[in-house]
Amino acid sequence: MVTRWINDLTRDDVTPKGLFMNRRAVLAGLGSIGAASLMAGRADAQALEPNTLEQISTYNNFYEFGWDKTDPAAHAGDMVTSPWSITIDGMVDNPGTFTLADLLDGLSIEERIYRFRCVEAWSMVVPWNGVQLSDVLAKAGVQSSARYVAFETTVQRDVMPGVQRSIIPFPYVEGLRLDEAQHPLTMLATGIYGEPMPNQNGAPIRLVVPWKYGFKSIKSIVKITLTDTQPPTTWNRLNSREYGFYSNVNPEVDHPRWSQGSERKIGGGLFASRQETLMFNGYEEQVAHLYEGMDLREDY
Amino acid sequence: MTLFPKDWAQAVNRVTRRSPAWPIYLIGAGWAGWLFWLGLTGGLGPEPINALERRYGEVALQLLVVGLVVTPLRVFTGISLLKFRRALGLTAFFFVLAHFLVWTLLDLSTWSAIGREIIRRPYITIGFAGFVLLIPLAVTSNNASIKRLGAGTWRKLHQLTYPAVLLGAVHYIWLVKGYPLEPFLYAGAIVGLLLLRVRWVRRQNAVA
Repeated sequence: MVTRWINDLTRDDVTPKGLFMNRRAVLAGLGSIGAASLMAGRADAQALEPNTLEQISTYNNFYEFGWDKTDPAAHAGDMVTSPWSITIDGMVDNPGTFTLADLLDGLSIEERIYRFRCVEAWSMVVPWNGVQLSDVLAKAGVQSSARYVAFETTVQRDVMPGVQRSIIPFPYVEGLRLDEAQHPLTMLATGIYGEPMPNQNGAPIRLVVPWKYGFKSIKSIVKITLTDTQPPTTWNRLNSREYGFYSNVNPEVDHPRWSQGSERKIGGGLFASRQETLMFNGYEEQVAHLYEGMDLREDY
Repeated sequence: MTLFPKDWAQAVNRVTRRSPAWPIYLIGAGWAGWLFWLGLTGGLGPEPINALERRYGEVALQLLVVGLVVTPLRVFTGISLLKFRRALGLTAFFFVLAHFLVWTLLDLSTWSAIGREIIRRPYITIGFAGFVLLIPLAVTSNNASIKRLGAGTWRKLHQLTYPAVLLGAVHYIWLVKGYPLEPFLYAGAIVGLLLLRVRWVRRQNAVA
């Protein structure tokens, strides 16, 4: 029943594979315009060169710890991540509260190198370690009535300065349509570069949906609920005009206040140039069929 | 009307009267250069362009607020920093210019995008309008201009500071994602300082 994502991106072949994938994406995006030199330039610029662990773990949005990019690294150290338990409830055959070990039991941790695109128009390339979400859902036994998956982040008030000065209604919540959640690209990540997940990146377990803006990839998950109604999502609640339920990376649909047509990859220094943002963050071939017949301007 | 012992104010004024204003330019230039150096060498984190843009913008706003404080400070405490106001204003302008240049040359880095972004993004339109309003003020911040324009006209022209600073405050609130505290603190301080002036103008009109 569950389709497997064939993990063809490893650290040894990231560059050639990246070039290859990007060329196809660029072709799809540009149609007939593409001059060969331009395409080569863009593909080179977007080679899947992973960011360093330091970059990945010092430039974060994790609003439970504050509004600045440096707040999570500064404050997340006190978050309690062990023991950890996750409740799976709603429309599943095997509801319950599981330890992390139980949840991952029988599943093998894979490395997957994904692009990560923030709604603020910056991006990274991250070598995640984790499991495919569909495998976890299969273990829970998704009932046929389920249509959506809702996720919830831990709230540890004592150690979360952003929660104490709460403007955002915590716990942070996110959601996916069931077919998005079961897509082989969607994963629950438990580490980066083979290291345990840094707290500021959402330890001990977080969602990664590489074709959506980063805020969809909810961190430090304590609850997963299968439901038949579209669940509320935190940024959509805060500002529904700016942050939709789907929030697929889409260079053609701008954020109301800024362009989504380009992005800057973190780590290029003071003279880094922008690169074109790819449809579905470069995963168009894999995920476009999920949205067939939908108006992505309407369902942003 | 003094909320401050008069002899203290006079003591402070004796010191400030002897202090030159030019170090403000020097400190401003040094600070701008230091931030740029930090950006070059990793001191502003892994995304230095955005960080530098923010820092220059914030310093500009801080200096503009200090500029707005000069008059109320004199009214309420008798301390006069009037002789530093030109240096404060010009240094603020240079930081706005640096903020604008980081945005155009490093952040966007394509000329065609500049006009489009100014037109299409309201928060940028507003920030740019504030910058444009400050240009004539920077150009006329010298004794020759005061003489040529006449003190009355010059003073009227320089009241453009008020809308410019207000636009800066709105620009800051509008550009951030979510609801961090800082932009609202700046906006609160600026609106407060401007309201003081509205009250003074009313009172002056009533007296007249």
